[in-house]
Amino acid sequence: MGLEYVKISPGFEKYMPRDYVDLVEFGQFGKEIDVMQMGQFKELVEEHPMCAGCYMAYFIRVFYTALPKPEDTIVLGTAGCARLALSQAAVPFIYGNYGDTNAVASGLKRALSIRFPDKEKDVVVIAGDGGLMDIGFGMTMHSWFRREKFTTIMVDNEVYGNTGGQESGMSPKGIQLKMAPTGKKFDKINAVELAQTAGCVYVARISPTNPKRIAKVIRRAILAARKFGPTFIHAYTSCNIEYSIPTREVLADARQREKKDFKFYEWMTDEVKEYLNEIEKKAKEVKS
Amino acid sequence: MQEEKKVIVPGPAGYNPQPAAFLGVDLPPPGRALLYGEEVDEEVAMREAAKAMLTRKNPTIFPGPLVLWGWNAAAMEKAKAVLELAMEIPNCRIIPMPDYRPKYPKIDPEAEINPNHPNLTILHNKIEACIFVGVHCHYANLSLRMIRAGTNCFTIALCAEMGHEDAMVSLRDQHAEEIRKFKDVLVQVREELSIKWEPKLPPENPSLPKEDWTKVTPFDFGEYAALLMPRKGEVVEESE
Repeated sequence: MGLEYVKISPGFEKYMPRDYVDLVEFGQFGKEIDVMQMGQFKELVEEHPMCAGCYMAYFIRVFYTALPKPEDTIVLGTAGCARLALSQAAVPFIYGNYGDTNAVASGLKRALSIRFPDKEKDVVVIAGDGGLMDIGFGMTMHSWFRREKFTTIMVDNEVYGNTGGQESGMSPKGIQLKMAPTGKKFDKINAVELAQTAGCVYVARISPTNPKRIAKVIRRAILAARKFGPTFIHAYTSCNIEYSIPTREVLADARQREKKDFKFYEWMTDEVKEYLNEIEKKAKEVKS
Repeated sequence: MQEEKKVIVPGPAGYNPQPAAFLGVDLPPPGRALLYGEEVDEEVAMREAAKAMLTRKNPTIFPGPLVLWGWNAAAMEKAKAVLELAMEIPNCRIIPMPDYRPKYPKIDPEAEINPNHPNLTILHNKIEACIFVGVHCHYANLSLRMIRAGTNCFTIALCAEMGHEDAMVSLRDQHAEEIRKFKDVLVQVREELSIKWEPKLPPENPSLPKEDWTKVTPFDFGEYAALLMPRKGEVVEESE
C-alpha cells in the first residue's frame, strides 16, 4: 500500500499493459480528483461483469472516484453482487466470508494502525443488505458498538439478487419476489437509526442520483472514520433484474425513491461536524 | 535423470491434478533446487531450466507485481536483472502479471497473464517454456498447478522464498544477484548448444493503442454521460 506501489520498475514501462500505464499516468493515485471530472481520467474500475443497467455498478464507479486516498485504501466485500466489480478495481480488495466483513475490517484497521502509526490507512466495507443487515448483522452491529474506525457502506438492492430473488430484511413490506411469492410480512429494517443508536459518528442515507452528493457523502464518511469512529452509508442501488426495472428507467426509479423512502439524510456528531467543516473550509480556500 | 524419477513433468495432467506436495515433493533446503519434483543441486536445475528456455517453443517470462512495481530498490534491481536475463534468451517474450484481480468478462492474452486463468495466455500464445518471477507465492502455486493441469508448458519458478513444488524447475532465494547467475548459466548452455544470438530486448507489450486521456470528455461515454452531468436546471449544491 502506498504510492511506491504504483510506480513501474524502470525498464518495464514498455512491457506493462496499456491499462496499467494509463493508471499510473492518468489515474487518480496521489491526486485530488473531483467526481465531475469523471471521463477525463483513468478510473480505478472499468470492466466488470455486472448486469446491464445495474445501479450498484454505477454507485461503485462513483465510490472509487470519491476515495480520498485510493493508494492507502483497502476495500472489503462479501458474497453478493458488489464484489463482482469491487474485486476488479485497482484497489486492494479482501473478500470476507458471508457476514464477517465488519469483523475482518476491525482486525485489519487495528493492524494497519499498529503497522503504520504515522499514516492514514482507510478501510471501507461495501456489502449488500444481506451481508450487513441479515447474515452479517451481528458482526456489523458489534463493530459499531466497539467504535471501530472504518466506514461501512450498505449497497441496498432490497433482495438477494445473486441467488434468485429471496427477500432480505431490507426488502419493502408486502413486496413479492421470485423466491418470496407470498409477499414480505414485515417492514424494511431502519438501518440508519440502528447505526446512530449503535454508535456511528456519521450516518447517511442516499439514493445515488447526484454524483457530486454521493462523492461528498463517501468522502465525509471516510474522513470522519479516520479520526472519530464508525461511519455508515445506506445507499439505494436497485436490482433492475429482480425488480424488473427497464434499464433506461433505472435512474428515474432512483429519483422516484429519493422522493419517497430514500430521502437524503445525513447525521453526524458535533465534533465530526466541526472537523469536517474545518477540512472543507480549508479545501475551498485552496481552490479559490 | 531417469524417467521414473520425474514426478512433476509438463502437462496436460488433466483437470484438477494432485498437488505436487501430495505426491511427496518437498521444498528443498537453501542451496538446493527442485527438478521435476526431485531435489538436486542448484546448478543442475539451472542448466535444465536454461535448456528448456533455449529449445522449447515461445519461451516467455511472466514477471509478477514484486518486480513490475518499483516499490523498493531491491525490486528495481531485480527487475533490471530479469530484463538482462530476457535479453539473453532467443526470441523471448515478456508477458506481465501486474496484479491478481480477476479479469472478466475478458482478458487480452497477448498483453497480460492472470493467475486466475493463466492457461488462456499460455494456450493462446502457444508457450512451451516459461519463467515465473516476482509473483507472490500463493498465486504462483495456484497458477503453476493450473498450467500443469491444462497445458504442455515447462514451468520454471525463480522464487525469492522457498520455491514451488508444482514447477518443473524450482529455484529458491532468487534475487537480483542469483538471477544474474542463472543468466550466466543460460549463456553458457546456449554456447554449448551452438545457438547464435545477439542480446536484445524482447518486443514491447502489444496492448491497445495509446489513448489520449487529456482529450476525453464525459460525452465520450455516450448514453452514460447522462449519469455524470447535472440535470437541466438542477442545482448541485456543495452541501445538502
